[in-house]
Amino acid sequence: MHTLITLASSEPAATSAATGVTSYAWLLLAFPLFGAALLLFGGRVLDKAGPMIAVLLSWAACVVGVLIAISMMGADPSDRSHTLHLFSWVPAGTFDVNASLLLDPLSITFVLLVTFVGSLIHVYSLGYMEGDSDKRRFFAYLNLFVAAMLTVVLSDNYLMLYAGWEGVGLASYLLIGFWYHKPAYASAGNKAFFANRVGDVGMSIAIMLMFVEFGRTDFAGVNAAASQASEGILTAIGLMLLLGACAKSAQFPLQSWLGDAMAGPTPVSALIHAATMVTAGVYLVVRSHVLFDLAPTAQLVVVIVGAVTLLYGAVVGCAKDDLKKALAASTMSQIGYMMLAAGLGPIGYAFAIFHLLTHGFFKAGMFLGAGSVMHAMDDQVNMRRFGGLATLMKITWVTFGLGWLAIMGVPPFAGFWSKDKIIEAAFVGEGWRPWVFGLAALIGAGITAFYMSRLFFMTFHGKRRWTDDQHPHEAPLSMTVPMIILAVGSAGLGLILGPTGIITSWLEPVVGSAEGGHEPVLSVPVLTVLTLLLVAAGIALAWWRYLRESVPVVAPVGSLATRAARRDLFQDDINEGLFMRPGIHLTRSLVFADNKGIDGGVGGLAAFVGGLSARARRVQNGFVRSYALTMLGGVVVILGALWVVQ
Amino acid sequence: MSSFPWLTVLGAVPLVGSAVVALLPKGLAGRAREIALGFALVTLGVAIAAATQFQTSGGSGQFQLVEKHSWIPEFGVSYALGVDGIALVLILMSVVLVPVCLLAAWNDVPETGRRQQGYFALMLVLEMFIIGVFSSTDVFLFYVFFEAMLVPVYFLIGSFGGEQRHYAAVKFLLYSLVGGLVMLVAVIALYLYGPGGSEGFLIERLTGLQIDPTAERLMFLGFFFAFAVKAPMWPVHTWLPDAATEAKPATAVLLVGILDKVGTFGMIRFCLQLFPDASRWATPVIIVLAVISVIYGALLAIGQTDMMRLIAYTSVSHFGFMVLGIFAMTTVGGYGSTLYMVNHGFTTAALFIIAGMLVQRRGSKFIPDYTGWQRITPVIAGVFLLAGMSTLALPGLNSFVSEFLVLVGTFERYKAAAIIATLGIVLAALYILLWYMRTMTGPKPEQYAGTKDMSHRERWVVAPLVIVMLGLGVYPKPVLDVIRPAVNTTLQHVGVTDPPPSIGTTAEGSTK
Repeated sequence: MHTLITLASSEPAATSAATGVTSYAWLLLAFPLFGAALLLFGGRVLDKAGPMIAVLLSWAACVVGVLIAISMMGADPSDRSHTLHLFSWVPAGTFDVNASLLLDPLSITFVLLVTFVGSLIHVYSLGYMEGDSDKRRFFAYLNLFVAAMLTVVLSDNYLMLYAGWEGVGLASYLLIGFWYHKPAYASAGNKAFFANRVGDVGMSIAIMLMFVEFGRTDFAGVNAAASQASEGILTAIGLMLLLGACAKSAQFPLQSWLGDAMAGPTPVSALIHAATMVTAGVYLVVRSHVLFDLAPTAQLVVVIVGAVTLLYGAVVGCAKDDLKKALAASTMSQIGYMMLAAGLGPIGYAFAIFHLLTHGFFKAGMFLGAGSVMHAMDDQVNMRRFGGLATLMKITWVTFGLGWLAIMGVPPFAGFWSKDKIIEAAFVGEGWRPWVFGLAALIGAGITAFYMSRLFFMTFHGKRRWTDDQHPHEAPLSMTVPMIILAVGSAGLGLILGPTGIITSWLEPVVGSAEGGHEPVLSVPVLTVLTLLLVAAGIALAWWRYLRESVPVVAPVGSLATRAARRDLFQDDINEGLFMRPGIHLTRSLVFADNKGIDGGVGGLAAFVGGLSARARRVQNGFVRSYALTMLGGVVVILGALWVVQ
Repeated sequence: MSSFPWLTVLGAVPLVGSAVVALLPKGLAGRAREIALGFALVTLGVAIAAATQFQTSGGSGQFQLVEKHSWIPEFGVSYALGVDGIALVLILMSVVLVPVCLLAAWNDVPETGRRQQGYFALMLVLEMFIIGVFSSTDVFLFYVFFEAMLVPVYFLIGSFGGEQRHYAAVKFLLYSLVGGLVMLVAVIALYLYGPGGSEGFLIERLTGLQIDPTAERLMFLGFFFAFAVKAPMWPVHTWLPDAATEAKPATAVLLVGILDKVGTFGMIRFCLQLFPDASRWATPVIIVLAVISVIYGALLAIGQTDMMRLIAYTSVSHFGFMVLGIFAMTTVGGYGSTLYMVNHGFTTAALFIIAGMLVQRRGSKFIPDYTGWQRITPVIAGVFLLAGMSTLALPGLNSFVSEFLVLVGTFERYKAAAIIATLGIVLAALYILLWYMRTMTGPKPEQYAGTKDMSHRERWVVAPLVIVMLGLGVYPKPVLDVIRPAVNTTLQHVGVTDPPPSIGTTAEGSTK
């Protein structure tokens, strides 16, 4: 359902060429890219200084981002969209794509998130990776990631976005398999890459469709032509983009790689697999909102994917004993919320991005906290082996606690302002939809409260269930300071941006705003109370099960549902049964057939003559002879043919 | 335009070089490799100088740097050379790759003497033929070079290859000869259908002929068959894996990276230009064969345990893409295919050479013999990964631009074919990353812990390849500019125009 009013208001504002500080936006890409190249090609001499260089370059990008943001805030809202042409990338006739950047409130919001959280995590990694002999490689990849992620959000066309899209995928692959000597970790990297390649098929087809239908692949051109396109084409493009988004953002049915991705060092999990890269799918949908607004079917599928994933992730999160995998399931679920919001249209776009921002802070903060716990516990991740850490790791406990309150949506912390808005928006509409999607979002909030409290209590409270000879201690300053900053953001960011209306008016020039008349089917106060009651119930249940009762060190067998959730609802079994095993059989039989069948059939003559010529070769000049013979044969055939023809 | 015979000189340098290397006096035999490399570098220099004479805005005719002399006027054969943008970029690719290969082959025949001299002389001869085949503008001259190329390759595989080298060399030769023979029939028939006379084999005279459709189709098939064997398309690809695995890596680069391009180049230059109606007639079948090649080659690559065979099958898949772009008959597809030819040359070279470095260190082409080699040879692993990423067409690297252009260009006309071919990008990730994982990751192989990482010479081998893979990924414009007129001319010859976008040229409110 969309009205003409919302359509009109969601037309993007006019775009002008970048001037002033904005024209230095290329530095945003250049700094981290230079860092990655320097560290990778620089060799061992940079083993010592390299990490610090990478950290500084990441901050340098952040400074540029902040300066651009400030200049943008100073401009009139109608004059906040600028393009910066870099160079002609693929000038292939009618397919002519430039490397150029789009700087508008949406992209600069991401720039700030990526560079600020990214730089904090760079700093954190200085401490976390201190003893690792491959530190230089790690920081090179981190810088590469920042450059690629900024390419995603800054491109002004789909092809360049796609380049960044795969760039972040590459960085993710490299960092998941960073400790490649463990075969399981290397496989986890591959799994992520493969899942993302499936999504890339969608991206490719979407871009091809855009070019064939509109003759353009830049946002402005596509948006301008979209209103003339048929709904069928727009739906196809929307669904193909969604396929790409599902892979990148670990949304159902391409979610299976994210849990395994926790094999990567924890700062990577925080930056790439929680705060930034995995949210790129949401960015893509919001960035393509003009297309989605015109394709209600595609929008509906986005909402369904979001709703299914938010519940899927939440259910899985309840069963995981691995601290990082539980957080990963939570990430999936939270991105489900964002996806759901993005599918709701103009009433949801701003809140999808808002939740993405706050989530970027609180989830990154919690992952860093998890890293701090692992640091203290000799890389233990089994929560059944934690407990009672609150008193020994006060900073980690407090910062993690703020993230915990934020994600559950306890007022006045960040999640309350961003997630509850999504729940409200999900209840808007007519017919069955608001009830189904609204209830999914509402119930998801309750489950979130349960599994996050379970995680929090099992880790920081209750009896100490450590293995022997463990001496937990607080992390060094380089790690705690980023945690503190992120925790402050988790606590305050929602309050600053939400009720003040800053985030909605900031994004309005890009995504438009919901124009009146959108009341949820249940009134807002009722929804707020319901949500808070469910959250309280979730916390109480977790308290009952994991704090009041003692936590067994070995996981109980559990009900059928628990076991299913522990196995990620059989996602890997399904993928293996449907794709992997048939695929292996197919390639094996083809290899066999190619060696025997085709080679035998087509090469039958060859083998026959080959035998002859092998004999001929024993005569010293066999080759020359057979060649001459063939030539002669050719001439005879030709002469014969000519004789027949004439 | 100067009348300096750039192309003849370009071909003469390696020819002289090969004679010099082969006939070196005993005292200088120890310097054979340096001398060979020197000649290859001079060739590169001449090629660059020649390229500066080329006008990207398009010259007066189809070809530039033209030379023409009567050769066998009785049969209408001329010694006629000239290049368009497509030929020029392929020649440039070749003359960059040959010195890279010479340097990569440095220790293939370690003991100095006749055998070593012969090895390097053969490669230089091959370079001359390569330049000749790409710059011939006379159909018969092209045919001569086309067949003559087989001779040095036959000896490079048959005399210097692995254990099964004789089998592989003969198989290669037979496939090529059968293809060449069929083409020869078509070449001669073409002359008879052409204007005849003492210059009756010149391409410009044979373009735009009015031929009986059946004869045109038969001649088209004659050419196409030869090129399909050379470009290895499914199902006539089976000679390639054997040849690639038995040849030395440097030979494999010359064979797969350069020589096989003659197939796709020939399809553009001869099939499309000389037989436009027949090309359009055959397109549906060829598109299907190309898509099969893309998927089939990729699936087969996934299942390989021999790294050289694996690379060969990736090439079957990639040649499928090139053919797809050529026969999509769109501007974008044409750009894509031509750029793909160039990119594939460098990327495959990198893969073969890296695999060669591993084989040389471990003494095995068998993938399961490796594990965790990133720990002992990190630089090799890094370049391997880069080449692998280029092979799977990661955006930002060279192959992406060309592969995507091929897909887009195909999608303009044949949506189903393009979508199926797009699935190839998933398969490409599988064959590259599984290979990388099996060889490079896992626990450190302690028994090979002392293995040397990339040597200085080897760094010089891969450096140009790395530069091109990164450079053409970010900035392919120079190549696209050079090939622009040729791509457009080809489509004019075929007589097709690009399908316009659905929206923009049509009236508003169009609901297709």
